[in-house]
Amino acid sequence: MRAVVAVIGKDTVGILAKVSGICAEYKANVMDVTQTIMQDLFAMTMMIEISRLTTDYIDFAEKLKAAGTEMGLQIHVMHEDIFNSMHKI
Amino acid sequence: MLNTGDILETIKMIQEENLDIRTTTMGISLLDCIDSDADRACEKIYEKMMRKAENLVKTGEDIEKEYGIPIINKRISVTPIAIVSAASGEPVKYARTLQRVAEGTGVNYIGGYSALVHKGFSAGDKELIESIPEALAETTNVCSSVNVGSTKAGINMDAVSMMGKIIREASEKTKNDHCFGAAKIVVFCNAPEDNPFMAGAFHGVGEYDCEINVGVSGPGVVRAALEKHPDANISEIADVIKKTAFKITRMGQLVGTEASRRLRVPFGIVDLSLAPTPAVGDSVAHILEEIGLESCGAHGTTACLAMLNDAVKKGGVMASSHVGGLSGAFIPVSEDAGMIDAVNRGSLSLEKLEAMTAVCSVGLDMIVVPGDTPADTLSAIIADEAAIGMVNSKTTAVRVIPAIGMKEGETLEFGGLFGSGPVMPVSRFSSSKFISRGGRIPAPLQSLKN
Repeated sequence: MRAVVAVIGKDTVGILAKVSGICAEYKANVMDVTQTIMQDLFAMTMMIEISRLTTDYIDFAEKLKAAGTEMGLQIHVMHEDIFNSMHKI
Repeated sequence: MLNTGDILETIKMIQEENLDIRTTTMGISLLDCIDSDADRACEKIYEKMMRKAENLVKTGEDIEKEYGIPIINKRISVTPIAIVSAASGEPVKYARTLQRVAEGTGVNYIGGYSALVHKGFSAGDKELIESIPEALAETTNVCSSVNVGSTKAGINMDAVSMMGKIIREASEKTKNDHCFGAAKIVVFCNAPEDNPFMAGAFHGVGEYDCEINVGVSGPGVVRAALEKHPDANISEIADVIKKTAFKITRMGQLVGTEASRRLRVPFGIVDLSLAPTPAVGDSVAHILEEIGLESCGAHGTTACLAMLNDAVKKGGVMASSHVGGLSGAFIPVSEDAGMIDAVNRGSLSLEKLEAMTAVCSVGLDMIVVPGDTPADTLSAIIADEAAIGMVNSKTTAVRVIPAIGMKEGETLEFGGLFGSGPVMPVSRFSSSKFISRGGRIPAPLQSLKN
C-alpha cells in the first residue's frame, strides 16, 4: 500500500530530515518527494510505500502528526487512492 | 506521481471547506424476520441487525483514519416496519428493538419505522402510522417516514390527513425535548428506496438483503470553487459546479466500495448530494448567494437552485458507478446557517421554499412552524408538496416541526447537526374542508405536458 504524506507550514530547517527520519524508523520507504515554498509557506508531499511498516498504519500516521505539531507544521498521512480517485479518471 | 497542487487542493477541501462523507448507511432487509409473534420477530431482528452491522461503525472509523476523510455518520436503514410488523401487530415493540440495535452497534440513527401507503393502507399500515408519535417519543435514535403519494398512484389524501395529526402529536409528546419527535418524521411523495439520509431512509423491498449506501456532502467546497470565478457567466459557473461535484462524488464512490469490500456486503449507491450543516461555510444558501443573490429567497433563487441541482447531478453521475437516493441539493432550513439568516432577514418564506422544492432534490425540510398550527394546515402543506412531486415525477418530502408553545419570531434550538429553526409563519386561512374530504388525488397524466 502507498500513502501520501503532506506537510504544510512555516519553512524551517530540518523538516525533510525529521519526516524522513520517522519514515526510516518505522520502515516506510520514501519513493518520491516534491517540495515547494510558496511565499513563506512550506509545502512538501511525499509518496511512501508502507507495506513493511513496523507499526500499525494509524499509529504511524499519529506519530507523524505529533512530530508535525511539535515543529508547528500540519502533517497529513492519507491513502494515495483518495487523491487518485479525486484527480484522475 | 500525484501533483502537489492536487494533493493540497484535496487537503484544503477537507480541512477548510468541510468536505466529508455525510453518511455510510447499511441497508438491511428484515423480510426474513417476519413472525406472527412480535417478541419472536423482534428477537430475530435484533440478532440479524447486530450480526450484519457489528463492524459498521468500526469499519467507518478505520476508513476515516486511513484515507483521512471524515465520515460523519454511520447509520442503518431497514425494511419498512409496517411490512414486517403486519403479521404480528404491536409495532412499538419493533421501534424499541431498533433502539436497542442503535445502542448495541453505536450507529446514530436507524431509519425505517415506515409505511408505504401511496395508494392505500394494507394490514399493519394504519396501526404503525398511529403508533409513530409514541414510538418516536420512547426512542431517541429511530426515524420514521411515510410515503403518501407517487406519480403512478396519485396521492392518498386519507394518509395526508392522518399525517398532519401525527406530526402534531409527535411534537406535543416531545415538547420538553425541543419537539424533536416531529424532526424524526418525513412524509414523502415518490420516496426513494435506497436513500441513505435520515430521517427518511428505509430499505426498499427490491434491494439486496444487505448493502452499503453512501451520502456525500460538500456545499462549502462548491461555494469556495465559485468564489474563485467572480466574473464567470452562468455556463461557466455550471461547469465549475460539475467539476467540483465530480471530485466530491469520486470520494463517496471510493469510500462506498471500500466499506462494502471490508464489510463483505454489496455496494448499493452513492447519493449525489449537497447536504448542508449549521457549521460556518457549509451552506447551500451561501452557494446561491455566491452566484449573485443578495440573500437566499430573492427573485432568481429558484433559477439558481435549478442550475445548481442539475449541475451537481451531471458532475456526480460520471463519478459513480451507481447513483440513487435523493441526489441533489438539500435545502433544510434549520441545518443551514445561510437559510436561517435568510429567514431571519425576511428574504425567505415558506412559499418561496415550496417553489424551490420543485427544482431541488427533496422538499420542505426542517421547517419550524408556529405551535398553534392546526393539523389540517400541516396536512395541506404536505398535500401541496406531494402534488409538486407527483406532477414533476420527482421525490418531494415534508419535515415540518410545529414548535409547541412558540410563535413567529421565536427560535427552536435543536443543537448539533439539526441546528436551530426560526418559527416561520403559515397561512392563517383554513384548509380543513379540503383535508376532511379524504379519498385520493388521481395519478396525473404523463403526456400533454404544459
